[in-house]
Amino acid sequence: MAAELALLEGTLGLRNGTKYGAQGERQIPVLQTNNGPGLTGLITIAAHLVKQAKKEQLLGSTAEEKAVVQQWLEYRVTRVDRCSSKEDTRTILKDLNTHLEDKVYLAGNSFTLADILMYYGLHHVMVDLTVQEKEKYLNVSRWFNHIQHYPGVRQQLSNVVFIKNRLYTNAH
Amino acid sequence: MSEALRAEHCGSCSSTKPGLPVSEAPRAGHCGSCSSVPNRTPRPGSRRPPAPVASAAMRLQVAAGGPAALKVVAAAEFAAAPVRLCWSAPAEQPLSPLCSPWVPALQLDSGAVLFSPNAICQYLFLAGGQEPTDLTNQWLEWEATELQPVVAAALYAQLVHGKKGLEAAGHLGKLLAYIEQSLSGRGTAYLAGDTQSVADVVVWGALFPVLQDEASLSNELQALRTWFQTMTLSEACRKAANSVLMPKGLLEFKSYLQKQPPPCLAMERATSNEPEEEEASERVLTEEEITAAADAWARGAAALPKPWHPQKPVLPVEGMRNVLITSALPYVNNVPHLGNIIGCVLSADTFARYCRLRNWNTLYVCGTDEYGTATETKAVEEGLTPREICDKYNAIHADIYRWFHISFDYFGRTTTPHQTTIAQDIFQRLLARGFLLQDTVEQLQCEGCQRFLADRFVEGICPFCGYEEARGDQCDKCGKLINAVELKVGWDPSGRPVALPGTPTVFWALSKPFLCFSSQKRPQCKLCRGIPVVKPTQHLFLDLPKLEEQLEPWLEHSWSTGDWTANARYITRSWIRDGLKPRCITRDLKWGTPVPLDGYRDKVFYVWFDAPIGYLSITANYTDQWERWWKNPQQVELYNFMAKDNVPFHSVIFPCSLLGADDNYTLVNHLIATEYLNYEDGKFSKSRGVGVFGDMAKDTGIPADIWRFYLLYLRPEGQDSAFSWSDLMLKNNSELLNNLGNFINRAGMFVCKFFGGVVPDMVLTMDDKRLLARVTLELRQYHQLLEKVRIRDALRCILSISRHGNQYIQVNEPWKRIKGNEEDRQRAGTVTGVAVNMASLLAVMVQPYMPSVSQAIQGQLCIPPECFVLSHIFTCTLPPGHRVGTVSPLFQKLENDQIEALRKRFGGGQPEDLTVVCQAKPTPPAPVPAPASGPVVAPGDPQLIQELTEQVAKQGNHVRQLKANKAEKAEVDAEVAKLLELKKQLALAEGKSPEVLVPKGKRKK
Repeated sequence: MAAELALLEGTLGLRNGTKYGAQGERQIPVLQTNNGPGLTGLITIAAHLVKQAKKEQLLGSTAEEKAVVQQWLEYRVTRVDRCSSKEDTRTILKDLNTHLEDKVYLAGNSFTLADILMYYGLHHVMVDLTVQEKEKYLNVSRWFNHIQHYPGVRQQLSNVVFIKNRLYTNAH
Repeated sequence: MSEALRAEHCGSCSSTKPGLPVSEAPRAGHCGSCSSVPNRTPRPGSRRPPAPVASAAMRLQVAAGGPAALKVVAAAEFAAAPVRLCWSAPAEQPLSPLCSPWVPALQLDSGAVLFSPNAICQYLFLAGGQEPTDLTNQWLEWEATELQPVVAAALYAQLVHGKKGLEAAGHLGKLLAYIEQSLSGRGTAYLAGDTQSVADVVVWGALFPVLQDEASLSNELQALRTWFQTMTLSEACRKAANSVLMPKGLLEFKSYLQKQPPPCLAMERATSNEPEEEEASERVLTEEEITAAADAWARGAAALPKPWHPQKPVLPVEGMRNVLITSALPYVNNVPHLGNIIGCVLSADTFARYCRLRNWNTLYVCGTDEYGTATETKAVEEGLTPREICDKYNAIHADIYRWFHISFDYFGRTTTPHQTTIAQDIFQRLLARGFLLQDTVEQLQCEGCQRFLADRFVEGICPFCGYEEARGDQCDKCGKLINAVELKVGWDPSGRPVALPGTPTVFWALSKPFLCFSSQKRPQCKLCRGIPVVKPTQHLFLDLPKLEEQLEPWLEHSWSTGDWTANARYITRSWIRDGLKPRCITRDLKWGTPVPLDGYRDKVFYVWFDAPIGYLSITANYTDQWERWWKNPQQVELYNFMAKDNVPFHSVIFPCSLLGADDNYTLVNHLIATEYLNYEDGKFSKSRGVGVFGDMAKDTGIPADIWRFYLLYLRPEGQDSAFSWSDLMLKNNSELLNNLGNFINRAGMFVCKFFGGVVPDMVLTMDDKRLLARVTLELRQYHQLLEKVRIRDALRCILSISRHGNQYIQVNEPWKRIKGNEEDRQRAGTVTGVAVNMASLLAVMVQPYMPSVSQAIQGQLCIPPECFVLSHIFTCTLPPGHRVGTVSPLFQKLENDQIEALRKRFGGGQPEDLTVVCQAKPTPPAPVPAPASGPVVAPGDPQLIQELTEQVAKQGNHVRQLKANKAEKAEVDAEVAKLLELKKQLALAEGKSPEVLVPKGKRKK
C-alpha cells in the first residue's frame, strides 16, 4: 500500500519522495510527520496528501459528495482489500457494476480520490480478468478504462486492455 | 419510551406497503415511531434553526437488531441532524441495491444513498458543521479496518457460541490498549482532541455492545475507562443505547448474528501475529512421521552425535563443514545502537552459535574499523592521538559485545601491522596485474591546516536521487555509492558552491566537522576558519570496468550455490546495471595504511579498500595460519553479515580487489544483509539522543538475553522493522514469561514436586507420539530456516514447541492425575517426563538466541553436556531415573511503569535535569530507610505529597534559573543534590518503589 501512496503522490503532483513505514501483518502504511505521532492508514494518508496538494475538490465539493467519497474509500479498504476468494471478488465487481450503471465516476459526476484509490485497489483484479469477465462487468470496465487514462493516474502500472467491440453480443 | 413504539412496526416507512412508495412516505412527525428516537425531526413551527447543509429531513433507515445502528443513531443525536429515523425489518427492500439489509442507510437529498455507517456518521457531523480532520479520518479508518472485525468476532463468540468474558474478547485487548495509549499519550479527553467528534461516536458505537459498562475494563485502561464512561453517559449515546438495545439488550443482535457467516479467518488473521506458524502446526501428520518420531525418541541420547569441540585456534578441518563468519566491522568512533547490533554482530553471533551446535567447524571473527578521517577528527576533538582514540573506543565496543554475549572467536581491530602487510600485498598484486589506474583529481583542501577534506564530511545533493544531505561517499537515501572526488566544485563570489565548467552539474556543499557555513553561507574550515581551495592531487583507482568480466561469472556462481538475501542480490544487480566505474582507493590522509608506491608515500588507502581486508588481518592476528581460512575456497564457506548499506562494498568492490589480486582467496558464499531497524517508528539518532545505544542497554536493567530475544524477534528480515518499548514488554510477558518460561518451569517443577526430582517412567500413548512428531516437525522447520539464515522465523518454531507443550500439560493435567489411581499416576509420570524432555530440547534450540537462559535451563534440569548438540531428531535426553536440580523461574515480568520510564528516558524529548534509571523489577524492593535529614514519611500522606510536589517544582525552577544564569558549577551541583533529595522523599511519600536517581551527565557511558 506504500507503493500506492507513492503513485498517489505522483498523481497529485507532489514530490515528497516520502518513505512510508508499514505496520503489522497487513502492512498498513504509516506516514511520519514532523509534529506528532504520524498518520496511519491508507485513506487517512491519502486524504492528507490531497489536502497537502491543495486539491481538496478530490475529496468532494459538497457535504454530500464528501460523504459519498468517504464511503467509497471505506469500501475500498474494508471490502476490496479484504477479498480473500474469487467469490468475494465477484461480489465486489457485481456491486460496483450496479453502482456505476448510471454514473461516470464513483461519486457521480466528478473525478475524486475514491476513483484513484479504487483504481489502484482493483488493478491487480482487472489485470487477471478474462475478456468475457470484462464484458460481464461492463460498467466497471468502462469506468476502469476511463480512470486509467485519466492524466497522471496510471503512471508505471500496466495498461489493462479493454476491447472496444463486444465479442459476445449475446452474453448476459 | 421507545419500547412501545418499537414494538409495532412503523408502517409509514415501509416501502413494501402497497401504494406507499418511498418518495411519498408521510413526513416525519406524523409517524410516532419515525420521529421517536432522534426526535430532532423539524416539525412545522419548530424553532430549531435550519441545518446548514441538509434542508429537509433525510431518511435514515435502521434495521432493528443491526449492531451498526448504535453509532448512526448516536451520531444523529450528537449532530442534531434533521433525520427521519425509520426502523425497518431486515426483510424489507433496502434503499439501494448496495445496502446490506442489516446495515443502516441514509438517503441524501440528492437521492444518493449512503450505506456505510461511518460515512453516515461523518456526514451527519459534517452537516452539523464539523469538518473531518486527519485525526478523525484515522480513527474512522482504524475502526472500520481493525476494530470492527474484532468486535464482530467477539460479539459472535459471545452471542452465538455463548462464550464468556475474556474468551470471547479474543484480540480485543490489543485494540483497547491502543485506544488507551492514544488517549493517555495525547492527554486529551476525547479521541481527536478536547471536544467530542465523529471519531468518539464511531468508536464508542463499536465498543458499546462488547463492553457495555466500563467496569469490565481493567485498571490499566484508566483513560479509556473515563472516556467510555463519559461517552456512555452522554445524552446522545444513552438515547441510542436505549432505543437500539431495547427491550432485550444484546440479544437484540442475536438473530442478526446467527444469520451471518462466522467471522472469517482472514479477518482474525489481520490482527494475529503468527499466521504462518498456526498453519504449519495444523498440518496433518502421517503415520510414518509418528512412527519415526517414536523410534527416534526411544533411541535416547546415544542417537545424538558427539558434540564437536575444536582445538584453539580453530582451523579448517578436512572432511568437515568449515564455516567462516564475519560481521561488518563497526566503525570505531561511535557507540553502536540496537540497529547496528541486530544488523551485524548479533545476527552473526546467533548463526555462529547455531553452526557450532550443528558440529560445523566454525570461526567467527570481527573487530573495529579504525582508520580514516573520522578517527582523526575525533582525536582532535578529544585532544588525544588517533591511536588513543582507537584504544578507547575499541574497548567500549568490546565491552558492549561482551555484555550482549557475542561469541566472537576473536574480536580484533584494523590498525595492526598485519593489516599493513596484507593490504599492501593485495595492492602490489593488483598493481602488478594492471588493475590500477592513476588520475589527477581536484579536491578541497584547507591550506591553513594542510588537510584535504574527507568524502564523508562533504554533503551535497545526490546525483542519483536528489537527496540533499547525501554524504560524499554514499547516499543514505538511495544507498548508491558516490565517487566524491570525481565531483568538482568551485565557489562563486558569494561563497556558494558551483559546478566548474565542463564538469558534472552536481553541487556539493561542505559541512561538518571541518567546514561549516557561516551566516553568509561561506564555507569555512572549522579548525582554522580558513577558506578551502580546490587543489589537484594524484590518486590511484581500482579498475572496476576491467574486473567486471571476472566479477560476473563469480557472482553467478555464488548466487546459484549460496544463500544471498534478496536485498543483497537486488542491490548488487542494480549496482552493476548502473555500470562500474574506476573507484578511487587512495586518500590524502595520515591515519591509514600507507600506500607503498613512490609518488603516493604521503597518502593512505581509502577505508573502503582497506576495511574489508580487516577480516583477513584480524584473522591473522588470531592465528598465523590465517591463510588456511582465507586462501582456501575449496574447504571454507564464507558468510558475511551486514546491514544493507554495506552490500556493494562486500559484493562488488572487495571481491573485485580479491579477484584482481588473484591469490586463491576465499570469496563470500553467503551474503546476509538486513534491512533497517527503526526506533519507535523513527530513526535512531545519537545527536538527538533518540534510541537505545549499546552501552545504555545494560543500564536499563533488562537482561542481555531479553534484549537478544527481542531484537532477534524483530530482526529486519525482508523489510524494515521498528523497535517499540511496549512491544518489548508485551513479547517478554507473553512469549517469554507466559509461554516459554512457563512451560519449562512447569515441566521442571512437576518433576521436583511430584517425583522427588527424578524423571519418572514413561509409557507413551498415541497422543504422546503425535506430540513427538509435532515437535519433530517444528525442529525440522527450525533447521530449514536457520540453514537459510532466517533467524527471526526460526525463533517462531521454538515458541511454537513450547506452546504445544503448554497445551499438552493443560490437556493432561498431571497435577490432578498424580492424586488419582495407579493408572492416573502413571499417566502423570509420562506427561511430566515428555514435557521435561521437551524442555531439554528447547534448552538446546534456544542457545543461539539466549545463551544465558539456555545455560540456566541446563543447570536446573542437569542436562548432560553431551546432549548439547542439535540433530534433526527429538530424542529422550533425560531418561527415567535422571535427577534434575533446583528449578526456578527463568524470566521476570516487565511492568508498565518501568517501560514507560524507559520510553521517556530514551525518547529524545527535551533533556531533563534528571534521568530516572529503572531497575528491572528487583526481587522485592528492600525497604529504604527514610532519609535522615527529612521527616519520617508515611507512604500515601496526601498533604505531604502535595507539599513535596510543590517543593520539587520550586527547587527544579531554581536549578534551571541557576543554569540559565551560568552559575558556578559547585553551586549548581549543590542545588541539584537538594532537588534529588526532595524527589526521593516524594517518591517515598508516594509509596513508589525507590528509583535510583542519577544526575544527567554522570550516567555511566
